Formats: sequence, C-alpha cells, structure tokens
Amino acid sequence: MIITRQRPDRAPVPSGVRPPGVRAGVLLAACACLAGAALLAVLVGPVRLDPAGVLAELAGRLPLVEVHGGLPERDAAILWQLRLPRVVLGGLVGAMLALAGAAYQGVFRNPLADPYLLGAAAGAGLGATLAIAYGPDTSSWPVGLLPLAAFAGALVGVVTAYALGRSSGGRDATSLVLAGVAVMSFLTAIQTYVQQREAETLREVYGWILGRLTTAGWNEITLILPYLLVSTAVIVTHRRLLDVLAVGDDEASSLGVRAARVRLVIVAAASLGTAAAVAVSGLIGFVGIIVPHTIRLLAGSSYRLVVPLCLLLGAAFLILADLFARTVMAPGELPIGVVTAFFGAPFFALVLRTSRRTP
Amino acid sequence: MSAIELRGVSVALDGRPVLHDLTLQVPSGARLGLIGPNGSGKSTLLRAVAGLVRHRGRIRVGDAAPAALPRRELARRIAVVPQHPVLPPGATVGDYVLMGRTPYVPYLGSESRRDLAIVASVLDRLDLTGLAGRRLDSLSGGERQRAVLARALAQQAPVLLLDEPTTGLDVGHQQQVLELVDELRAALDLTVVSAMHDLTLAGQFADELVLLDGGRVAAAGPARTVLTERVISRHYHASVRVLEDPAGGVVVIPVRQAGQASEPAGRQVAR
Repeated sequence: MIITRQRPDRAPVPSGVRPPGVRAGVLLAACACLAGAALLAVLVGPVRLDPAGVLAELAGRLPLVEVHGGLPERDAAILWQLRLPRVVLGGLVGAMLALAGAAYQGVFRNPLADPYLLGAAAGAGLGATLAIAYGPDTSSWPVGLLPLAAFAGALVGVVTAYALGRSSGGRDATSLVLAGVAVMSFLTAIQTYVQQREAETLREVYGWILGRLTTAGWNEITLILPYLLVSTAVIVTHRRLLDVLAVGDDEASSLGVRAARVRLVIVAAASLGTAAAVAVSGLIGFVGIIVPHTIRLLAGSSYRLVVPLCLLLGAAFLILADLFARTVMAPGELPIGVVTAFFGAPFFALVLRTSRRTP
Repeated sequence: MSAIELRGVSVALDGRPVLHDLTLQVPSGARLGLIGPNGSGKSTLLRAVAGLVRHRGRIRVGDAAPAALPRRELARRIAVVPQHPVLPPGATVGDYVLMGRTPYVPYLGSESRRDLAIVASVLDRLDLTGLAGRRLDSLSGGERQRAVLARALAQQAPVLLLDEPTTGLDVGHQQQVLELVDELRAALDLTVVSAMHDLTLAGQFADELVLLDGGRVAAAGPARTVLTERVISRHYHASVRVLEDPAGGVVVIPVRQAGQASEPAGRQVAR
C-alpha cells in the first residue's frame, strides 16, 4: 500500500494538507491592532503625552539602543509609573480572560462557557467581599488583602466545583458544569448575605464586582505575571488537543487522547490564570465570550488559531475598553465591565449577523 | 492468528448486563458482520473491543489486551467509526482527517511531514482531495461518511470497527460506502468488524455473520446459514422472506404478516 510505505525522511510536502494555524497576514494584523491600542492608551489621558517623545522614551529602554531626547521628567514619570503599568495590566488581564474563555469553551464544548463558569467569579466575589467587610487595614502591606482574598476565593470556588463534579460520579463535562452552577449559587448566596449585613461596604463591593483596573506602579503586574505565564504556556501547548476534544470524550479516547485528564490540565491552567486576573481586576464580563467567538467567526474555529489570536486581540480589546472607561467621564472612571459589555455586545451581534449571511 | 479474540466476555452498563459470556474469534483480514435487533449489544461489543467500556473476561487484539495498552498505542491498532460521529462545527475536512493522526503526534507536538503526507494520500484514496478545504457541515451525507472513514484510515490501524456505517444513507450511498470499505480492506489488509442494520447488505459485505440477541451469540457463520427465515423471525420478531440471489448471496425481504394484510372494514381508503 502506498500509504504505509512512505519513508518519513522522503515524504514529500503535500500540497493541499496543512495543519490549521494562523496565517502570517492575520497574525501581523492582530499584532498591529495590539500595538496600536497600546500606543493610543499610553498617549491619551489627563496629560497628553508627546507621541514622538513616548516612542523615543520607550526605544531608549531597549538594550543596545541609545536615544537622545525622550520625555521631560514629569511626563516620563507619568509614562512609566501610571500609564504603562495600567496598559500592560489591561493587556495581560484581557489576554488571560479571552484565552481562558476559549479554553473553557473548548473543554466543555459549550459556546456559552466563560472563565467564570466553574465558580471562579462567585468565589472571588465572596473572597473580595469578606476582605472588604472584615479585613484589617492593609495599606501598609506590600500586597493588599483584597487581591489575595479574591485569588484564594476563585481557586476555592473552582476546586470545590471540580470535587463536587467528580464525586457525583461523572467525569464528563456536563456534570462539571452543573457542579459549577451549584457552587456559584451557593457562594453568591453567602456573598450577598455578607454584603447585606455590612451595608456600608455595598458601594465598594459593587464597584469591585463591575471590574476595574487599579494599579500602583508595577506591583500588581509582578504579582500576577507568574500565574499568567504558567497558565498561558499550558493552554498554548494544548491547543491541538483542544481541537481533538471537540469530537467528544469517546471519539477523543479512540484517537488515543485521555479526554478527562487533558480537560483537568486545561481547566486547572485556565482557572489559575482567571483567578490571578480576577484578583487585580474584579469581574470583567464578556471578554471571555466575545473575543473568542469574534475570532471564530472571522478567522476560523480551530484552537490553533483561536488561542494565539485570543492572546493578542483579548489584550487589545481590554486596553481599548479601559481607555474608554477612564476617559469618557474623566476625572471619574466608569467600571470597565460596563464598557466591555456596552461595546462588546453590539459589536458581537454585528459580527454574528454579517458572518451568518456570508457562510 | 486471530486479529480479535474474545473469551467469556461480559459487559454491564450502569449495573445492567448487556453482554453475557461472549466468545468470538475474528481471523486476521476477515470481514465480520455483527447483526441483531436493537439493544442486542452490537455497539457495546464494538466498544468493548475498542477499550471504551469496562468488561470482564478476556479480549485480545493482535497480541495484546486493549485494556492493558496505553490509549495512544491502542488507537494505532484499532480505528473506530462511530454510528453518530461528532463533527466539530466549523472544522474543515482536511483538519478533521488530520485528527486521525493524533495517536502518532507527540503529546505537545504537532503533525510531521509524514503525517501530512499520509493524510494527503488518504484524502486522495477516498476522493476527498477536492473537499479538503470544505467545512464538514456543508457536506452531503455520503461525503460526510467518507470523511469519517478517512479519519479512521489515517490512524493506519490494522483493525477497523464500524458501527452501522450506512445509517442515514440512501441505497446508492450505502453500497458505495460498503464497497469502499471492502476495497480498502483488501488493499490495506485490514480486519473489519461492522455492526449492520440491513441484513441483505450484511450478507453481501461480510464473510461471516454473528447474530447477537440479548447480549449472547444467537447464531454465527456464513450468511447462508445465519440469514434464514426461521432464525430471523425468531430473533428479530419479524416476518421475512429470504431469497437466493442467483448471483450469490441471499436477499432478505420483509413481508407483511398475515392478518395485517386486510384493513378493518369501514377504514378502507376511498378510491
């Protein structure tokens, strides 16, 4: 038979068949989107920065590059201590939420799955509420109690949901999702109870739940970066297996993939990254659903292209949303979750309409 | 040597026994047809051989027990075409067939040139090259079934298990798919076990038939000895006529049972 006799080193490059992936043009366009969004967000604010100066300042920090000029001292401080940390944090959180959303949609084979599906949101909400209501004053701590409590709460939520799903006998995706719903309702009930008892915390809790990017220099970034890196590395390397999971556990199994184990690894990674993102940004909704689906509708459904594009476009989307949130009613700030939903949902509806018309 | 061997195999699903003490041998290169009424255990038997359900007793595929093999290794020995394959929305035919190479791709790696070459050759063999870029959800029933078959072939497993591969196809496409399987079996020296609904086709496209009823082997042997009016009426509770096909083989025709032939008075269709 022809098929088996081909020797690996002699195998010709087949013309028509190639693994799905991001085309160079699309990748370049996505990178340009991200760079454009980041640059715009760095320049715009209460103090306008000089674009040429900013570019010179940034280039000057590159190794082996000598640049004369740059920004005056005050503007440089604004750039390095205020704008850039916030833009980088927005990018990291956006990338993580979009990536985690895509990963959850893949492992649960459910287009409505989002990073908060398995109790991460409710757990983080409870942790944050407890920290706000009963926590000691931590202004002298290097890291605030709020992000730590939210991070721990998110992980407790996901682990409880996973344990509950497993103990109910099912290893399949559905029992896990149902367990997540149960955990979410329970934790939200406790959180609401605490919130009602401590009514003076209501405003702060509500503000946190709607999501906000707050930065004090680079602290938050160094805090969450290790978790995001681990989570991203795991999901990126599992993107081919995410495609295989799409045929269901049984068929994945007959293709040699241990579906339950792969799912556990991906869920663990996505949850860890989500918990870290939530810890510093609150609950920013919609990013995890809108970004992956828009990419699917525009570029294709294989996770080999959805995953890398989610990283780039999720980051760009949240950076722009944050730019809008902090400028539209300056000096006040709109919760970023409101912005992502307000712009994200109609944009998504538009993409859905146009892509369905031209199959 | 037997490609597949079952000895005293029993399977229970949710505590309900589905297969009882089954013993069966499939010689290498054979084409075995599994027939039997709905719920007789055909699919479960295929799933047990593929290592997808727990079983008691002994199953050997080649020289190994499926349950003892790592999943990847098993997937290189057995390819399965399920009755209702899950077709990922948005996936193209090429991507889908490429998935058949999963057991050969390192856990975190990606497909080699060899994998791509094999897929190209499978697509070519199944006349799918022109459809490689098409989305699965835009294919016709026959094309879809060829794509599913192509994915299984890309696994390059010596054993091919088919669960009612002609479900939902018209008579022409049923024939085409089964002829294709037959051609591939001969060309690639595969052992094929196929659960079949249509008894006439089962008789034509299998050397041996095994009739399951209630999870037990009710009859086994060449089509001529299994497909008899007595055996079929007893196990399918159906009234059939079995005719000799002058070209060889047998033809099973359902007939209306006596007593149902005439309609009750007053309900006759007006003419």
